[in-house]
Amino acid sequence: MKTVEEINEKIKKGKALVLTAEEIIDFVDQKGTKKAAEAVDVVTTGTFGPMCSSGAYFNVGHSKPRIKIGGGKAYLNDVPVYTGFAAVDILLGATAVPDDDPRNAVFPGKFAYGGGHVIEELLSGKEVRLTATAYGTDCYPRKKLETRITLDDMNEAVLFNPRNCYQNYNVAVNLSDRPLYTYMGVLQPRLGNANYSSAGQLSPLLCDPFYRTTGVGTRIFLGGGTGYVAWQGTQHSPCVPRTDLGVPKVSAGTIAVIGDLKQMDPRWLRGTSFRGYGVTLTVGIGVPIPILDEETVVQAAVRDEDIVAQVVDYSETYPQRESGSLAEVSYAQLKTGEISLDEKKVPTASFSSYAMAREIAGILKDWIQKGQFLLTECVQRLPSSDSGIVFKGLQEKPIRFKKAV
Amino acid sequence: MTTTKVVLRFPPDLTDQPVTYNLIKEYDLMVNILRGHIIPKEEGMLVLEVTGKKKQLQRGMDYLAKIGVETQKLSKDIRWLKDLCTHCTACTSLCPTHALSVERDTMLVSFEKADCIACEMCVTVCPYSAMEVQV
Repeated sequence: MKTVEEINEKIKKGKALVLTAEEIIDFVDQKGTKKAAEAVDVVTTGTFGPMCSSGAYFNVGHSKPRIKIGGGKAYLNDVPVYTGFAAVDILLGATAVPDDDPRNAVFPGKFAYGGGHVIEELLSGKEVRLTATAYGTDCYPRKKLETRITLDDMNEAVLFNPRNCYQNYNVAVNLSDRPLYTYMGVLQPRLGNANYSSAGQLSPLLCDPFYRTTGVGTRIFLGGGTGYVAWQGTQHSPCVPRTDLGVPKVSAGTIAVIGDLKQMDPRWLRGTSFRGYGVTLTVGIGVPIPILDEETVVQAAVRDEDIVAQVVDYSETYPQRESGSLAEVSYAQLKTGEISLDEKKVPTASFSSYAMAREIAGILKDWIQKGQFLLTECVQRLPSSDSGIVFKGLQEKPIRFKKAV
Repeated sequence: MTTTKVVLRFPPDLTDQPVTYNLIKEYDLMVNILRGHIIPKEEGMLVLEVTGKKKQLQRGMDYLAKIGVETQKLSKDIRWLKDLCTHCTACTSLCPTHALSVERDTMLVSFEKADCIACEMCVTVCPYSAMEVQV
């Protein structure tokens, strides 16, 4: 049994043994879990996939004369931002699109540019256009603002993502007779392809299935810089069916993450366009797992063949919020490029880049080995499988208007 | 004799017409179907290698234009912008000739330009604009 504090001491002395979530698999194979738990100090994970619940908030500084953007309207490169905060604090969501984007008026829409792309451009050092209109007050008299602005010009720029790092996800297929344009990509008719989106054995929460070490305050690789787990993510749903190893068989836990955008890298935060669906942000995240005991090493060494996902029809089952899985497949099968469904060979593709997840786990390993990145003990654990959390659908209720007296 | 590669796009009302048959029978052209994707009553797509006398070839193309089939010569080049690619593999399952493929050990995507028939499917599905049409 080790503590995070002890592991940090070893990291500072350059004596910590750090392996990626791929490397630990071979290590455990050769040495066994008991020896691995003693020898290994940290396992690094990684994931790089589209994560729609992402965004950033900015303090753009006060103009002279002052303007109260709060309660007004504002745009970054024509992408609308949320202004319901103080005078010059704005929030940009990854999925926001310019007001004049045709969206799906001509189907399938291209969605060439949106909030995710603005974040990537700001990180690349580019100037963006900040435009705002306000109602004007005695203390904030100005009603209109048009300026170029860079990330350096801003006081604060903070990436804050209410939901990232989904612990497992559906494999999307299409049983209908027409192509579907979804957030899981273009799905060809009659089981023409199967798209998935997880780094499997490298994915942070699949290596820590009960959130033993990943919790509020955990320091992480975020977008090429460092960030923190802020809270459980939205739709965090830990009470789901699990394998014997405790790995969720369906989408389950999530994390909300936060970090200083200014120290991040556009290589790891990419504006993303899904034809016929919309824009989003692809986010690189790596979470270190301190190897405290045998249990943590067993869980961190999970392999693709031991992680399963559900094949879901996106022509009917998903959009109608029905339940039902067509099949259960492992990530080892998905990664071969082909799965068998209804006696048909269906080509597979991923929207989460395994190659870049591997790179992230390697970078985080390097940072820790060099003593540049110390682990944190989480200050509050995330709700786990014993929390009783129920992931609710929306029950619509008719709105009754009061009669005028 | 001249050989040309051409992409044909059919409007929904033409997908049940014997267009390829007419090219062979009426215009004396040799037609090699490289790729087809046709669903009755929806837009269809054919990639053909067509060989024939220059004059006949032109007449065949005129016939296609007249009946409403959009044609596009495969003079277009598809370019893989490697630096923009995240190796997510989204394009690889839809690439009809496997010009875009995944090396399974590294899970890295590669592009074999010689195998590309410029169907542009990858351009549609790439979320990062890493596939580009060069005219």
